Amino acid sequence: MSPAAYVFLSVILFVIGGVGVLVRRNAIVIFMCVELMLNACNLAFVAFSRLHGNLDGQVVAFFVMVVAAAEVVVGLAILMAIYRARKSASVDDANLLKY
Amino acid sequence: MTHVLLAAGGGGTNLDPLYGKVAFWILATVAVSAALAMICVRQAVHCALMLAVVMLSLALLYAIEGAPFLAAVQVIVYTGAVLMLFLFVMMLIGVSSADSLVETIRGQRVWAGIGGVAFLVLLIVGIGHAAIGNAAPQTAANSTDNLTGLATLIFTTYVFPFEATSALLITAALGGMVLAHRERTTPKPTQREVARRKVASRQVSPEPPPGVYALHNAVDMPALLPDGSTTKRSVSRAISQRDLDLGRDPQVSVTSDLEVEERIEAERQIEAAARGRPAGLGQREGDAQ
Repeated sequence: MSPAAYVFLSVILFVIGGVGVLVRRNAIVIFMCVELMLNACNLAFVAFSRLHGNLDGQVVAFFVMVVAAAEVVVGLAILMAIYRARKSASVDDANLLKY
Repeated sequence: MTHVLLAAGGGGTNLDPLYGKVAFWILATVAVSAALAMICVRQAVHCALMLAVVMLSLALLYAIEGAPFLAAVQVIVYTGAVLMLFLFVMMLIGVSSADSLVETIRGQRVWAGIGGVAFLVLLIVGIGHAAIGNAAPQTAANSTDNLTGLATLIFTTYVFPFEATSALLITAALGGMVLAHRERTTPKPTQREVARRKVASRQVSPEPPPGVYALHNAVDMPALLPDGSTTKRSVSRAISQRDLDLGRDPQVSVTSDLEVEERIEAERQIEAAARGRPAGLGQREGDAQ
């Protein structure tokens, strides 16, 4: 397949993840949608790496994976702290800064 | 899979283009439908499973695209570690954390869908206008070996980002520990206090297990207390609720053999009726959450 097909697939996955972030209100699910967006970006990186015939894109995708792992650790810990305080994982309930 | 990995990462032999095309279309369909299902299903655990499907198909796509190392890392780090972390947290804060279907902002879903489609069209038109050429032959990137090439790049050109990543990982580990840590606000109960509380609760011995009657050895039979009465606390609430739902009384007393047979027949009918409508039961469980 030409790299363009891979880029289009990654675009579709990215948009689905973005819509998921907007639509869902469970914080864990929103987090998973963000992971889906990161994965879509990785696919684009790998496709462009193949297009250019060098490995730089794969290295960047590797770094994205590392950063995503770190982000998930901190994000889920924050989520647990919020859940402990408010007994809910819905993003609608965390409105302490609203008023 | 081994064929793909060998072809993609091994000596630089190109995969037959037809195989690549077929695999791409199958995996792309699976990935997109799983991603769509992920944002549509209500249960958070189902979302995690759908995300696992997407990630695994992406791993296969990486392998086809000549990135066997990334394919392995995708399976190990993303599907193995990150997704399991998601599941652990889901277990900690409650599997039942399903989304409510009430919209708090009016028209939010519709507008999110419209915005998503608009963004998709924007990106596709933009990328469609760009001239993305054909792929370079795989021998270009993987001239030596995919792993050797990646290692050379990481430890020469990208050595500073790589070192920064280690700092990031340590910070993330510390942050996770600090954020998930909870100070104990009440002192830990001593053995003496636990014993005193037990005696005060009038239940010194362990909770009685489900009992065994002549007719029944099921877990919905309550245990006998020393005085001959039964205790409801020995039966799980979910099980007694199911008995209630099915209209069955496990404690009915039986005196003759004929009555035993009638009772067994009635039990069979109840069970058959319950099995005949698994969809209805599932619906009820979903509603309860």
